[in-house]
Amino acid sequence: MSKYTLSINGHSRSVEAAPETPLLWVLRDSLSLLGTKYGCGIGQCGACTIHLNGVPARACMTPVSTVGRKQVTTIEGLDPQGEHPLQRAWKELDVPQCGYCQAGQIMTAAVLLKENPRPSDEDIDGAMVGNLCRCGTYLRIRKGIHRAAELAAADKKVRK
Amino acid sequence: MKPPMNAPDPASAGRRNFLRQSAAAGGGLVLGFYLNGTTQAVERLEKPIAGGAEFKPNAFIRIGRDGIVTLVSKQPEIGQGIKTSLPTVIAEELEVSWKDVRIVQGDLDPAYGRQSAGGSTSTPTNYEDFRRLGAAARLMLVEAAARSWRVPVGECFAADSAVHHRPSKRTLGYGQLVDAAALLPVPDPKNVPVKDPKDFKLLGKRIGGVDNHQVVTGQPLFGIDTQLPGMLYAVYEKSPVFGGKVRSANLDAIKALPGVKDAFVIAGTDDLRGLLPGVAIVAESTWAAWSARKQLQVDWDEGRFANQSWAGFVAEAQRLSKQAGASVLRKDGDVGAALAGSVKTVEAAYSYPFISHASFEPQNCTAHYKDGALELWAPTQNPAAGQELVTATLGIPKDKIVLHITRSGGGFGRRLSADYIVEAAAIAQRVRGPVKLTWTREDDLRHDHFRPAGFHFLRGGVDAKGKLIAWHNHFVTFANPVSRDGKTSLVPGSGGSLSGDEFPGRWVDNCLLEQSAIECGVPMGPWRAPGSCVFAWVFHSFIDELAHAAGRDPLEFRLDILGDKAIVAGSGERGTPYDVSRMRRVLLHVADKAGWGRKKFPKGQGQGIAFHFSHRGYIAQVAEVTVAKDGTLKVDRVVVATDIGAQIVNLSGAENQVEGSVVDGLGTLMFPELTIERGRIVQGNFNDYPLIRIADAPPKIEVHFVKTDYPVTGLGEPALPPLAPAVCNAIFAATGKRVRQFPLSRTDLRWG
Repeated sequence: MSKYTLSINGHSRSVEAAPETPLLWVLRDSLSLLGTKYGCGIGQCGACTIHLNGVPARACMTPVSTVGRKQVTTIEGLDPQGEHPLQRAWKELDVPQCGYCQAGQIMTAAVLLKENPRPSDEDIDGAMVGNLCRCGTYLRIRKGIHRAAELAAADKKVRK
Repeated sequence: MKPPMNAPDPASAGRRNFLRQSAAAGGGLVLGFYLNGTTQAVERLEKPIAGGAEFKPNAFIRIGRDGIVTLVSKQPEIGQGIKTSLPTVIAEELEVSWKDVRIVQGDLDPAYGRQSAGGSTSTPTNYEDFRRLGAAARLMLVEAAARSWRVPVGECFAADSAVHHRPSKRTLGYGQLVDAAALLPVPDPKNVPVKDPKDFKLLGKRIGGVDNHQVVTGQPLFGIDTQLPGMLYAVYEKSPVFGGKVRSANLDAIKALPGVKDAFVIAGTDDLRGLLPGVAIVAESTWAAWSARKQLQVDWDEGRFANQSWAGFVAEAQRLSKQAGASVLRKDGDVGAALAGSVKTVEAAYSYPFISHASFEPQNCTAHYKDGALELWAPTQNPAAGQELVTATLGIPKDKIVLHITRSGGGFGRRLSADYIVEAAAIAQRVRGPVKLTWTREDDLRHDHFRPAGFHFLRGGVDAKGKLIAWHNHFVTFANPVSRDGKTSLVPGSGGSLSGDEFPGRWVDNCLLEQSAIECGVPMGPWRAPGSCVFAWVFHSFIDELAHAAGRDPLEFRLDILGDKAIVAGSGERGTPYDVSRMRRVLLHVADKAGWGRKKFPKGQGQGIAFHFSHRGYIAQVAEVTVAKDGTLKVDRVVVATDIGAQIVNLSGAENQVEGSVVDGLGTLMFPELTIERGRIVQGNFNDYPLIRIADAPPKIEVHFVKTDYPVTGLGEPALPPLAPAVCNAIFAATGKRVRQFPLSRTDLRWG
């Protein structure tokens, strides 16, 4: 076991874990941040998507020893009020069915929107291809991302 | 409309209060409100408890002095949206504003009646009762207000969480009526008047899922999110060959590994769907348990299924197809003579593999065993099955088991089984304190209760007028040995038995349906729309083959088979009548909306049509596809017409279920396949067992609800079966290639 000090959602958190422990299980078992989900453990499904320094990463494939000083953002830290445009759009359009994959979907989509504020369907399909949804909410995920793009644009106007 | 804030999960309080009575169910237990197990009618409803700060007219409704209305969701939520839709039914009749409603998940409790979420039954078996429960409470509140104003009840009405006195325009909020209402007798819910559907304010509208906010902000909801103070973490290794038993394992070496608290053998039982033999590892964290498992060495007695393989099953199916079926399910007319007299005949073999449910949250269960009593937290579709299996296997009395139903990350029928619950319970019996068992994805895919594989050997014939006159199907299915009372018999898997009434049985004058079973150790269970999910594809694909052989339009050929009789009775006392008029209506509706026959498609594009009746629902679909010259399939558009009765409960949820069914139906057609070698499932994770991804989802799914006067029914399953045949028939129209095998990758679709 080794001691690690991680920066998670803007807070410094200390944990003890074996170096190869995936960040996923450190978040879930050690820190009780349960929004990041286990789906496959091999980077195939995207349920455990988090941001490392703003870049989407698979927490199940990220050994805790490799995180270092990188800023970790989980679904719990995406927006302090839980009012990120994607979260608002997801509620407005009632995207989830079982909901298990949706945190991962939103975390991937958040980076897409940051890089491409008005993505096309093709852009969305390209960015979201690594996130499985077993319930098949893909059509609403597409709509949800378009809607979030509109909400974000409207927010920007208000701020100006 | 804003979804209501969600009340705190009652389970979280329970986590600290071991074996407490469920707070949500407390009133219900005392009240003794009871719904008949299979049920329609509200059987008994007693006087509510007087006093206290709440009005509790029955087990499902609590109104506080603050006006907050707490409704209990009795059914397990697995993504079908029942936690939102059923409480909405009460809220509608109760005339409560949705913003004042909080919803809590009920534990397993006899006060709630049957709590199994399977067979798309949650809506049809609860809808009318729930209307009456809400209406009865509304009557009491109106009565309480009328008494306090000393005015006739007829001058008062309920709306927007309040009772209003029409002449004086006075108003009393529900919160203000709590104490007075609690003193009134509960009216017999069978006799209370319910609302005219034209006055519905909530039902039929789009209402967002009540847990959506927690879902999108990552708050704990699912079974796998359960955490208890002092909790340990477990994994459970079972024989890779079904039915294998542990001879020995390197337990001492495992116990010495970092973070491991214990490792032990569980003898298990012979029930392939019960507590399988295996080795449990209990550790301080999930990762410590999983890491230790990599060092685990088990010597298995693999048993008698160790030589089974998929190739062997295929060969056996071929052999069986050449002889008469083991049983005859239907025999009308003389199929041999009719085939001989047919102008055109078609012969084809269709097959589909075993597949896993792959529900996204892997099986898991948290258990705490203490002083002979057991508390469980389980993502389950069928909590009573968990309780029963634990009692039967471990001897813990039913009344010593408390089961908290958590949200499930998908179900699809997998969580009707309770194997993972009894495993957690068996492990908990050996562990001091609570323990969470989490399956890996590999455990989940390889130790599923699989959708049965199947082979259909079909022959059909049409006469000179192009009418279908002969239909012969020899269905080769799979069966498990099941021991009961010292006798072992072969029982086909759930969905692995063909009904003699399955369309087009009953409609073709010369019809022979036979069935033979291959014994296997592969445990099988219900997979979304069991039977229907594959039979609809086989039969509507073969009907399409016959339509083309007859040179007839596939829609017109189907309408001709259906005929114009309004109802076709089922065979035998329990046979399900088939309402032809309902099916004709959705079929014509979908054809109209899809522009069937009105569009000209270039080579490589086409439309296909199919319909299916299952789970009380009549559904027809048209798919439009493009098949590139290199064989790549793109489903461009799917049009769905459904008749699921008089009322859509939640329009958003209903559309979501249909869209999901279409995507699931397409994904299952295109990708998953399990093969078996040396008695083992070969595939293990999403790298070799692919699921449909976003780019393959159709860009357009158009959902049409055809409303009729029939009882309200469920939508978790019936929209799935027609999708695969509609797509495959469209592929044929586009390319002339007939798909006779699941998954699609087995068929070369290249053309030109």
